[in-house]
Amino acid sequence: MATFGNLTDRLVETFKNLRSKGKLSAADVDGTVREIRRALLDADVALEVVKDFTSRVRERALGDEVSKALNPAQQVVQIVNDELVTILGGEARRIQFAKVAPTVIMLAGLQGAGKTTLAGKLAKWLAADNHTPLLVAADLQRPNAVTQLQVVAEQAGVAIFAPEPGNGTGDPVKVAKDAVTFAKQKQYDIVIVDTAGRLGVDAELMKQASNIRKAIDPDEVLFVIDAMIGQDAVTTARAFQQGVDFTGVVLSKLDGDARGGAALSVASVTGRPILFASTGEGLDDFEPFYPDRMASRILDLGDILTLIETAQKNFDEDEAKKVAEKFATDTFTLEDFLSQMQQLKNMGSIKNMLGMLPGAKGMRQQLDNFDESEITRTEAIIQSMTLHERRVPKVLNGSRRVRIARGSGTTVTDVNALVNRFEQASKMMKTVAKGGVPQVPGMGPIPGAPFGGGRGRVQPKKKGSKSGNPAKRAAENAATATGGAAKPAASGSGFGLGGSSTGPSEDERASLQKFLGR
Amino acid sequence: MAPSWSLSGALKGMFSRATIDADTWEALEDALISADFGTGVTDSIVVDLRASVAKYKTTDPADLKRMLRETLEERLARLDPTLRLTARPAVVLVVGVNGVGKTTTIGKFAKFLTGYGRTVVVGAADTFRAAAVEQLATWAERGGAEIVRPQQPGQDPASVAFQTVERAQREGIDIAIIDTAGRLQTKSGLMAELGKIRRVIEKQTEIAEVLLVLDATTGQNGLAQAEAFIEHAGVTGLVITKLDGSAKGGFVLAVQEKTGIPIKLVGQGEGIGDLTGFTPHVFVQGLVD
Repeated sequence: MATFGNLTDRLVETFKNLRSKGKLSAADVDGTVREIRRALLDADVALEVVKDFTSRVRERALGDEVSKALNPAQQVVQIVNDELVTILGGEARRIQFAKVAPTVIMLAGLQGAGKTTLAGKLAKWLAADNHTPLLVAADLQRPNAVTQLQVVAEQAGVAIFAPEPGNGTGDPVKVAKDAVTFAKQKQYDIVIVDTAGRLGVDAELMKQASNIRKAIDPDEVLFVIDAMIGQDAVTTARAFQQGVDFTGVVLSKLDGDARGGAALSVASVTGRPILFASTGEGLDDFEPFYPDRMASRILDLGDILTLIETAQKNFDEDEAKKVAEKFATDTFTLEDFLSQMQQLKNMGSIKNMLGMLPGAKGMRQQLDNFDESEITRTEAIIQSMTLHERRVPKVLNGSRRVRIARGSGTTVTDVNALVNRFEQASKMMKTVAKGGVPQVPGMGPIPGAPFGGGRGRVQPKKKGSKSGNPAKRAAENAATATGGAAKPAASGSGFGLGGSSTGPSEDERASLQKFLGR
Repeated sequence: MAPSWSLSGALKGMFSRATIDADTWEALEDALISADFGTGVTDSIVVDLRASVAKYKTTDPADLKRMLRETLEERLARLDPTLRLTARPAVVLVVGVNGVGKTTTIGKFAKFLTGYGRTVVVGAADTFRAAAVEQLATWAERGGAEIVRPQQPGQDPASVAFQTVERAQREGIDIAIIDTAGRLQTKSGLMAELGKIRRVIEKQTEIAEVLLVLDATTGQNGLAQAEAFIEHAGVTGLVITKLDGSAKGGFVLAVQEKTGIPIKLVGQGEGIGDLTGFTPHVFVQGLVD
């Protein structure tokens, strides 16, 4: 989608022009601010928010802090980043639990924003934290919304309260009220009420939502909004704020290519924090929202913290140590390569992971071309080898390669390419393990990214090298900026309940760095 | 209740002025951007209008309003919004991202067609989302259409589509509408699945229309959606839903101009009768007046 650069791409382009300048004139700042305005508008940030934002950035950019700074351009990037974080709500916030159970959470939002799916995700997320959520089907409007919630509840493995069949019959206020009583009796500690989607201008349905709110007095009212919404975000958010007065926002469909616009608008206009982001169709594609990380994502400073967390959650430490050992001693085999690859696959979409690296947005083109099924093919090739071949790739002569190609449904060329790549990769790994810096095309050394192993493994599989300049520049810039941005989130008690998803401390990061063999 | 935002509201201040001045232009630009026209289209409209105003040497904002309406109408009317459903059976594939109202649109569309005495069968090829089949079944019933359900949960959507077309051919049903699962345009695997559904149907008969459903509240991302769906599903027409909300769907002009795909249907409410053909005149009237 080359014609449609998103917010990140646009801003990266703007900053690139700025970075080459040593000193900023008022005209430079104006030009940049105009570009930012356009970029934000194209990313669907609401007009009034854009105006406000650009005027603040402009004021600060022309002030002392920039003219006295060592690198003015860098300073402007920093200002934009600061302002983005401020708008997005500053500190990350968590759900406020009621002192006396059950905690009642009500979901509201436009039709098709993804409330019902989100109810399931939220319930599953809470259940994983040893809560006992109860889903309540109070959307009696949309055909079969109740059935959908039932299915979702089953998938999430949580209880559901659905006394009414829905499809336009029944009183949602009564259902919600009964649900709270039911939860008290049965000792569910969290009640999640799914309400009917409504348009911001529909007074009657809005009243219904407000009645539900009055009847159950929820501890949290979450406003679910589609990340793809345009300028209407402001109107909608205001209407809902007046109608039901939500306490927090959930951003859904953040996995599409629209990112950031609506988040900025809603947070800025309503002053309500964004609590969660929903990033996919699976019930696990749900994460707490971190304003600073989102700002970094928007500015292409990468999202190292999330990356590390994903890595920590899915990486087997012993396994990684063993592999690091193997690199150092040159006993890394195709067998290890295979298990590494499988572990990598466990961590989820490689594309997503790469996208979190600083500067990765500069490689969007390459990312788009990156074919995940390549990994499956590679797996197939390795699995078609005998154990001996995997351990001693040297024995792979012509006829063996033909057999492997046939066994894996690929061609001899593919097999050759894999063997070559493997040799290159293991050579590179050896350098890394010995403390050197690998010569990875398109990637400079990234001090803030203790992920040398991952980079080494993934990178060589990419076809074709590309002049790394833009990416490198962004990466270097990111290194300084993430260093600064990382701290608040790491120290700020994290977001997770019971501390299971607390941001990694400096120590943890250091040890991660160590066990990844850097 | 928040007063619903409208272009006309935003324009009112501007048109009530005595003359056209710098503020007018800025207000116009802001108003167009707020209606989701996007920066590109907004710029070109403003440039056009500035030229016309200079050409006719007018200073009356009322003239400007008329010109704005004419410009918008003209630009929207460049493409032919007629639905082509002459084939028998006419197969209509409905695609779009999640939550735009595909299933609802199909229900309304079925009603619309049965109202004209056509027989309709809908195919529930959204085998992914929980309870999507039931939702479609409810709508089909309301719309007076037959329904082909998947025989087991998680069945390949292409096979449901195949069975739907087969049934239409066997029973001589006029129009077969196929519902597909919502998918974000960035999911290449799911987009490829659409290509498969297309290929499978094309083996049986020609596809009359591929309708891309767009939510009026969508912003500039609508363009990215349209491009991806055109590439993978060969979209032939756009359906704009939820126009009864506060959003005005200005982005459709950008979509229509960039892609050359006409808007064919417009959904404006939750009732089953709230689906109409697209008339630029009415659309622009809703925007400007």
